Amino acid sequence: MAPGIRFKDPWGEQRLFFGRLLAAIIIVLLLVGILVARLVHLQVINHVHFADLSQDNRIRIEPVPPTRGLIYDRNGIVLAENLPAYRLEMIPEQVEDMPATLQALAQLNLIDADEIDRTLALARRQRRFEPVTLNFRMDDEQVATFAVRRQHFPGVDIRARLRRHYPFAGATAHTIGYVGGLSAQDLERLDRANYAGTAQVGKVGVERAYEDLLHGRVGYRQVVVNARGRALQYLEVSDDAAPSANGVAPGNPRRAGRAPVPGQDIVLGLDIRLQLAAQEAMQGWRGAVVAIDPNSGDILAMISTPAFDPNRFSEGLSRRDYQALLNDPDNPLFDRALRGTYPPGSTIKPQMALAFLHHNIVRPGDRRFCPGHFRLPGSSHRFRDWRPQGHGNVDLIEAMAQSCDVYFYANGNELGIDRMHEFMTAIGLGQVTGVDILGERPGLVPSREWKRGAFRRREDQAWFPGETVIAAIGQGYMNSTALQLAHSTAILAARGARMQPRLVVASTDPLNGALLEIERTKISRLELRDEHHWDVIRDSMVAVTRGQRGTARNSMQGTSYVVAGKTGTAQVFTIGQDEVYDEDVIDERLRDHALFVAFAPADAPEISIAVIVENGSSGARVAAPIARRIMDRYFEDREL
Amino acid sequence: MIFEQTQAFETRRPLSLPGQLMRTLHLDPPLLLALVTLCAIGLFVLYSALGQNSDLVIGQGMRIGVAFAAMLILAQVPPSTLRSWAPWLFLAGLGLLMAVLFFGATGKGAQRWLDLRFIRFQPSEIMKLAVPMLAAWYLHDRALPPAFHHVVLILLAVFAPAALIAVQPDLGTAVLVVCAGMLVLLLAGLRLRYMLAAVVLTIAAAPVMWHFMLDYQRRRVLTFLNPENDPLGAGYNIIQSKIAIGSGGVFGKGWLNGTQAHLEFLPERATDFIFAVIGEEFGLLGLLALLALYLIIVGRGLYIAANAQDTFSRLLAGSISLTFFIYVIVNAGMVSGLLPVVGVPLPLVSFGGTSMVTLMGGFGILMSIHTRRKLLPT
Repeated sequence: MAPGIRFKDPWGEQRLFFGRLLAAIIIVLLLVGILVARLVHLQVINHVHFADLSQDNRIRIEPVPPTRGLIYDRNGIVLAENLPAYRLEMIPEQVEDMPATLQALAQLNLIDADEIDRTLALARRQRRFEPVTLNFRMDDEQVATFAVRRQHFPGVDIRARLRRHYPFAGATAHTIGYVGGLSAQDLERLDRANYAGTAQVGKVGVERAYEDLLHGRVGYRQVVVNARGRALQYLEVSDDAAPSANGVAPGNPRRAGRAPVPGQDIVLGLDIRLQLAAQEAMQGWRGAVVAIDPNSGDILAMISTPAFDPNRFSEGLSRRDYQALLNDPDNPLFDRALRGTYPPGSTIKPQMALAFLHHNIVRPGDRRFCPGHFRLPGSSHRFRDWRPQGHGNVDLIEAMAQSCDVYFYANGNELGIDRMHEFMTAIGLGQVTGVDILGERPGLVPSREWKRGAFRRREDQAWFPGETVIAAIGQGYMNSTALQLAHSTAILAARGARMQPRLVVASTDPLNGALLEIERTKISRLELRDEHHWDVIRDSMVAVTRGQRGTARNSMQGTSYVVAGKTGTAQVFTIGQDEVYDEDVIDERLRDHALFVAFAPADAPEISIAVIVENGSSGARVAAPIARRIMDRYFEDREL
Repeated sequence: MIFEQTQAFETRRPLSLPGQLMRTLHLDPPLLLALVTLCAIGLFVLYSALGQNSDLVIGQGMRIGVAFAAMLILAQVPPSTLRSWAPWLFLAGLGLLMAVLFFGATGKGAQRWLDLRFIRFQPSEIMKLAVPMLAAWYLHDRALPPAFHHVVLILLAVFAPAALIAVQPDLGTAVLVVCAGMLVLLLAGLRLRYMLAAVVLTIAAAPVMWHFMLDYQRRRVLTFLNPENDPLGAGYNIIQSKIAIGSGGVFGKGWLNGTQAHLEFLPERATDFIFAVIGEEFGLLGLLALLALYLIIVGRGLYIAANAQDTFSRLLAGSISLTFFIYVIVNAGMVSGLLPVVGVPLPLVSFGGTSMVTLMGGFGILMSIHTRRKLLPT
């Protein structure tokens, strides 16, 4: 059998093939014979037996959806609950003329006339004996209207179901998110079996990220059905089929039915009072506020304005209304706290000054002269200070208090982009914070490497010294989210402890109600060359609010607590070398963004906060007072 | 002499217009007719099994359209071209499977698919054709029956992709890929003693395999052996499908009247268990007619294999036809309680389009082989 010595023998091979083919045909016929014998056995010999069994088959298994878990704030106030709501439902097979019925209902103002086409399409897609919801939330008047005309609408009836309700509506819209109708995409990522019978699923925010905990496990019950499949009677679920502690029923769900396991209630670190104060303070502005407890990373408040009413989503938003929200120029659906990236401007000066100290570019007492502008050696380009006449000779504390740009231009230039990028990254900027809801944007701390990858043209890929200079005051390529700024400020407040921000702090065991705390994640510690530098930066930030010439002095006047803060005003629109920025003549949308970051009390921080106001013009005049109102609310009942 | 014969052939069969079209498109009318009939019956039954949901039936119709397009395209490729593609197609398929394995880990398995709107396509489907093609290509100019080391090489080429598919995990497809490759070997005249050795080895390995089987796999085997011992658990599917088939009797309950299917007692009624719906609504006669149609298709395929003129075409045509039969017998066997439940759909009838494109592509290859025979002097 050595290879290569046998030759092809076409006729022999064909004979061999025919032989095998014949064997195959015989086997095929044999197998078909066995199958047919089996079918005759089932359908002829045992037909009567199976026909009886089929007649007795009257018990169907039906899923019972679990009750969704509630969401509480840190003080036990309910932020998302389930309310009974009356729905108008139609069973297609019992309705004679669906279009006419729907028209009549629309005339009585019980359903939206624009939704008729969609409802009809939906009814065609479903099984004819399963209900189609016509109106997710009927008010009392509608219920009464229908009740007296019920006999005219066979196949249409009112049913009580649970509806998700967010009592604080817009104040929690982006953070808690909302539930909406289960879509085909949702089913791709979810366990279909567990969602049998569930109509709505978390779409964004906490509702989405904690879907697994909130949803619970589906139950089953046995239903006696008639020959047409209509339910006649529900059999009781026996208690011994109750689920075990891990939520999985012993044995098979079909055995006796199984009670659903309700979803877990979850507790947020959020304080709804602060959330409301933030929403109130931001009234009329586009922007975001994030407040974090620097000691734990718990998010105390997080809002994005303008917001929308999440209840409209859980009630079933019509396509027209959804389009209107999408087309709103203020983009209320956009979560600015998590996804809005803005140039941080001067609010990163504390971090930048810390980098100068850490890398020994300056010592705290070193002075620099500020003539109102800065030039790179050998260049005529003037980097302007916000104060054209300059700040004179300033040390670190004064530079911070007055937000002197030249001080940061000059030292930033000496620090260089590589060390700047390394330090800013270490202090929480330019990357996602890892908050426990989805969709966070990373922002950007530029570096040589980033620039090489970001630009197509070769000449654009080189890093220029001037870009380092403007990065030192948080302009240029640098951008960050409100959440990142609050997080980075919290790292300053906690003297280097990097706590991962999080919304959810605990959940409850649905069976015994025990509170299960979710473990905190600490992302290591930022170690400085000299621990004393933390104090210098804190003092410089206190000088912003308390110093003679502090930029936030006016807005922080008279606080009972000491605030360490930093104002920021970030350019949206570049003005020419010799032009003057005049806020009155610039289009509202091109005005500077107003920012403010702070932590308080300065010596034992409990809250760190970042406020971003789109086109707010001035960090000191617009953003700082907003932060003040929220902090006032936080400290109002305390002796400090 | 050859010339005269050819001419005689031409004049003996003047072609009608449809006949001419068939010939230009390289289609085989008997096979095409059988396939179209089968698909039409399938849609008819699906309408009932899907609870008279016409949207879903239309969707399935579109998938069938795509599958027929695949058949039409492959019918245009001459077998010699196909043969030269075989190793490359195999390598490409292997590469895609590796990619799936690699990305599947990060994408929670969601990237097992390529989404083509109506049809979701798995790279493992390519292997259902690429593996037998590779085996037939390899044996094409080697002496048959294949020598031992050739057999070993082919087994490697069959089991490597099968293993990749099995870990996806998609055991059903892996088994079909192995079948398609092994059939080529068997048809090529694999020596009896190798076959016997394989059988002995398998029997010897059975206790060892039992030892390594996972819990649910063992339960499947036990349920198969005695479904009644777990009537509401794992044996539920089999019991309900037996009731469906048995209660259908000789003539069936009539279209749209199957209570087992419509009252949702029968699980997977539109996909793996549609054979039971046919049994319930159309009875024994309906099932016999369906089986007859399947036999016509398989028979035509084997006829094409027998008339093929080179080793590659012969082996490939035989393997494609018999693999199709394996689909049918495994599905019918599992639904009627003769085989364990393994999740193989009833070809061209079950709802869903993943395997349909490959199946119809295979029939395209059969047609290409058959319509490109040269007339040889005898």
